Amino acid sequence: MRPRFSWLSVHAALVFAFLYLPIFILALYSFNGESVGGFPPRGWTLRWYSVLFQDEALWSSISNSAIVAVFAVVLSLLFGLPAALALDRVRFPGKMIYRRLILLPLILPGIITGLSLLMLFVSAGVKLSLLTIAIGHGTALISIAVTEISAGLEKFDRVQEEASLDLGASEWRTFWRIALPNLKLSILAAALLIFTLSLDEIAVSFFLVGRENTLPLEIWSRLRRGITPEINAVSTLLFCFSLITIVLWYKLRRPNHDDQETSQTGSKSRPAS
Amino acid sequence: MYSRAYGRLTAVPPLAWVTLFLFLPYAFLFCFSFWEIRAQTIVHNWTFDNYRQLLHNRVYLDVLLRSARIAAGVTLLALALGFPLAYFVSFRASRHKDLLYQLVVIPLWVSYLVRAYAWKTILGSDGVLNTLLMYGGVVHHPLSFLLYSPFAVTLTLTHIYTPFAFLPIYASLEQIPRSLIEAAEDLGASRLRIFRTIVFPLALPGMVAGATFAFVLSLGDFLAPLLIGGPNGVMISNLVVSLFGAAYDWPLGAAISLCMLVLVVTLITLAERLQRSLQHGAA
Repeated sequence: MRPRFSWLSVHAALVFAFLYLPIFILALYSFNGESVGGFPPRGWTLRWYSVLFQDEALWSSISNSAIVAVFAVVLSLLFGLPAALALDRVRFPGKMIYRRLILLPLILPGIITGLSLLMLFVSAGVKLSLLTIAIGHGTALISIAVTEISAGLEKFDRVQEEASLDLGASEWRTFWRIALPNLKLSILAAALLIFTLSLDEIAVSFFLVGRENTLPLEIWSRLRRGITPEINAVSTLLFCFSLITIVLWYKLRRPNHDDQETSQTGSKSRPAS
Repeated sequence: MYSRAYGRLTAVPPLAWVTLFLFLPYAFLFCFSFWEIRAQTIVHNWTFDNYRQLLHNRVYLDVLLRSARIAAGVTLLALALGFPLAYFVSFRASRHKDLLYQLVVIPLWVSYLVRAYAWKTILGSDGVLNTLLMYGGVVHHPLSFLLYSPFAVTLTLTHIYTPFAFLPIYASLEQIPRSLIEAAEDLGASRLRIFRTIVFPLALPGMVAGATFAFVLSLGDFLAPLLIGGPNGVMISNLVVSLFGAAYDWPLGAAISLCMLVLVVTLITLAERLQRSLQHGAA
């Protein structure tokens, strides 16, 4: 059947317009000649982009965010991979509650996880710093690592592992030679997703920040002060960066890609806002 | 088939970590909510006073109700936008299906803060919308209710959470066997009847999942209200933020947060149960 003109396609076009309007406006205003936000933009300039490159506070917040994100990726994979394996194949008491607890930050508003951790750190006398933010992100994002890797575990053929074990290979060797190569793509996809989510995370960071800001917190403090065109510029650049990351992410998934699978795991992966 | 050593090695380290950094913090939240504050210091004195205050002071209940109203509005709008879109992409978009799916997901990767901020540029008194409305002669003065209002918060949160509603609905639509629909067509069922008896019931579990995401996440939001909500757009998490900040009453803030935690976990459990019964009903 040929697709025809219908109210459904009009609706779809309108929803897409709604979803992309703010992003378009953002990119447009990053070239605005005036620093006030009136419409239409008056004059075009690349000034905000050049201001951006001399803005040291912004750059140090970007490098802080990158450090936190790398740490979060390492931490959440370090604990997320064994957790996914255990949930898949080990029986132990309290497994259901354990799964619940790990996945809770996925759906719980970030503010609750953030201030709960704040109370822990303050009670334990830990000084707030980038490290506390990284622990917060890493812990909350174990949920993403577990969902992504569990999806990978469901896909690969268990028979290979059983054969390896039956033929006398140790469990350790079986893990390195069979499970890990099979899970490589899921682990990489999880790492990319966790990295990007950590870069944009603000609710947890909001409570755990010490003296050094992450990028979203730096943006936040400037937005509260007023109209700041350099934020439009940095956001446009970040959008391009995210776009590249997402293209990479989809490329990685391609080899064992089918629509159903993508959309199912896609529904579980959300920014931890 | 796996040894006990394997089990211990995979289960224990993550268990220890999440016990320390997830379970313990939530336990602290619980404890703090029963403590009190005296002369600017937190006293470990067990009391129900914080909860009593929540029940007696109308402000907290009013703000919670407003947050629930906003979250419900966002949920309905996200479903109204997300469901037809998911239906369109799944059933009508044949060739461009993959592309359209990704177009829905991509906005999720743009900083949440920045998207919320962009709405400020659109809704402000000399913003895009007001300027266009005045240019078109629809209004003569800028509409002031567009920005710094519950309306602005609802619109922004709808923009942010529509993709979350879309994703599970799309997943459930994709799972509907196309042969079922062809069979119904061959047997002469009308489009409306196919939609009513096949598509809609099978999409319901996805709609429940999407609605839960949208409701829970927008209920707990505090950045959009701070940025574009104004005094009338204050939501429950904003109260928590101020209690943990300038107002310095951690125990009361913890009590509100614990109520939110219980509410969210209850909602998720109910939604999961509803989804399961819908799936069994449909099978």
